[in-house]
Amino acid sequence: MSAEAGASSSTRSNRPGRSDGWRGRTRRLLGDHPLGYAFVTPYVAFWVLLFAWPLYLAVYMSFRDWFFAAPGADVARPFVGFGNYADVLADPVVHRAALNVAIFILINVPLTVILSMVLAAALNQALPLRAFFRAAYYLPYVTASVAMIAVWLFLFNGTGMVNQVLGPLAPEPTWLVNRFWAMPMIAMFATWKQLGFYVLLYLAAMQNISETLYEAAWVDGASALRRFTAVTLPGVRAATTLVVVLATIVGANFFTEPYLLTGGGGPNNASVSPVLLMYRAGIEQGRAGYAAALGVILAVMVMGLSAFSQFVLEDRE
Amino acid sequence: MSHVEDSVTHAEDADDQPPEGFQGTRQRWTLGRIGSFALLAVGGVVFLFPFWYMLVGSLQAAPDTTVAGAFPTPGNLTFANYADIDARVDLLKTLLNSSIFTIGVIITTLVLGLLAGYALAVLEFRGRGLVFGIVLISLVLPFQLLMIPLYVLVVRTYGLADSYLGMILPFGVNATAVFIFRQFFRSLPKDLFEAARIDGATELQILARLAIPMARPAILTAILVTFIGPWNEFLWPFLITKDASMQPLAVALANYITTISARAANPFGAILAGATVLAIPAVVLFLAFQRHFLSTDIGSATKG
Repeated sequence: MSAEAGASSSTRSNRPGRSDGWRGRTRRLLGDHPLGYAFVTPYVAFWVLLFAWPLYLAVYMSFRDWFFAAPGADVARPFVGFGNYADVLADPVVHRAALNVAIFILINVPLTVILSMVLAAALNQALPLRAFFRAAYYLPYVTASVAMIAVWLFLFNGTGMVNQVLGPLAPEPTWLVNRFWAMPMIAMFATWKQLGFYVLLYLAAMQNISETLYEAAWVDGASALRRFTAVTLPGVRAATTLVVVLATIVGANFFTEPYLLTGGGGPNNASVSPVLLMYRAGIEQGRAGYAAALGVILAVMVMGLSAFSQFVLEDRE
Repeated sequence: MSHVEDSVTHAEDADDQPPEGFQGTRQRWTLGRIGSFALLAVGGVVFLFPFWYMLVGSLQAAPDTTVAGAFPTPGNLTFANYADIDARVDLLKTLLNSSIFTIGVIITTLVLGLLAGYALAVLEFRGRGLVFGIVLISLVLPFQLLMIPLYVLVVRTYGLADSYLGMILPFGVNATAVFIFRQFFRSLPKDLFEAARIDGATELQILARLAIPMARPAILTAILVTFIGPWNEFLWPFLITKDASMQPLAVALANYITTISARAANPFGAILAGATVLAIPAVVLFLAFQRHFLSTDIGSATKG
């Protein structure tokens, strides 16, 4: 920033006549290029109308007994204090959803970190078909969840291929309608779908590690394992932080998976997610105040958790 | 992890730039390398098999879920499933809806992102840091958390239910595109813009004749990265389209899966046919422009 400021002030001194008068005064007040305001206005307008205003509305609604009314109808939506919040926090289905987010994170984070690190390390060698594998791993990430879920439904239904292979070992009832397996299946589906993104993230991080660090470790007689723990692991730390933060965000936000893969958070709410509950309460049942409160709690928790994991995993050397 | 001890040679696959500091390719097939390759191959099967199975399943006259069914059997092949899903969800209309939704989001994103990214990178004005902060905040807070108030606003206040505009507008707040363009314009030398200014070009001329033509690669990247969002999106268009003739394919297919598939002769065949149609555009675009997807997603994710 200081270099830019220096550059522009030197330009100004090259043209002394222009810094005087009206133009000079607006520049001192608004900066060298007031046109910048015009350029950022469309984005800021969208941001206000479709981000900041809904955000304010979410908080406003969460403190009211807010329900849908006919357009134009002036209805009372009384202030209820923390009533909606109390309802949300006392709701056993919300507890189940919170547990499911925890299950999701506990399965997704270790699986993602380990598998993507291992695959990235393999991709970081000169092996044939490397470009092919890299693209193959990324493919599920760019494909629609709805399409991928369709295949998983086909693979994991009662008479699906997975159970055909497992034979008597297949769980009863089958995976997606099994109380124990439904939530882990969602976590594994999400891990599978997004793994390619993280593989490439780790690969980029590994390729940024200076070769001289490995050479130094090699000269010092460090074993392959020691080189991995002393050079590679610290080198990919930023990527790991990102995995944890993004997993928290994804874990708090999945909707399509429980809605489609496990038939609406089934069986018996075993795979229900916070966003699915927001949809049920806010859209299906018209309890918008309750849903807004749930959304606010979720937003605060997501931001808190990701700030916390960044703080814990951050490199403080 | 054996790349340190081997001598430096060129990477084997010409299709691929060797990673920086890359050492050794034409080595012997050591146990470690065989293991690594086997691992990559197993990974390849795990990631690609569902795509193959989707295609095979969509062509089966009668669903065959045995292991042999993973391979096409000549007697059991048909396009009937595609006709079946088309009869239920009108593929042409829903694909058109998906396209309008996606193109609308891309245009909005490009216009807002180019202008804001250029201003944040090149122009000096008071409050620039604040605007950048605004962009950052929209990256931290996920869209789903705003879905109830957004639904209230877009459907009730703005009256945009069952409309393309209602689908498109919330996706205009796209921080990633702003970052891509900001990053790109920052990477250009400052002198370039200064020289144009000294030559008497206005800021608008500089943007239109200098910055945008130079930003073509960044624009392509932004288009591709933006494309997969709305094309694959389910939740938002699902919330605001009740009218089947307005639904994008992802929504129509999901509704078919949850409500009416039980009545079809070969429900999985029809579902997988729909899934194949939904997947193909994104897969083809990805395969054609791989490098843009692979390099920038990561760049924007790690550098911010």
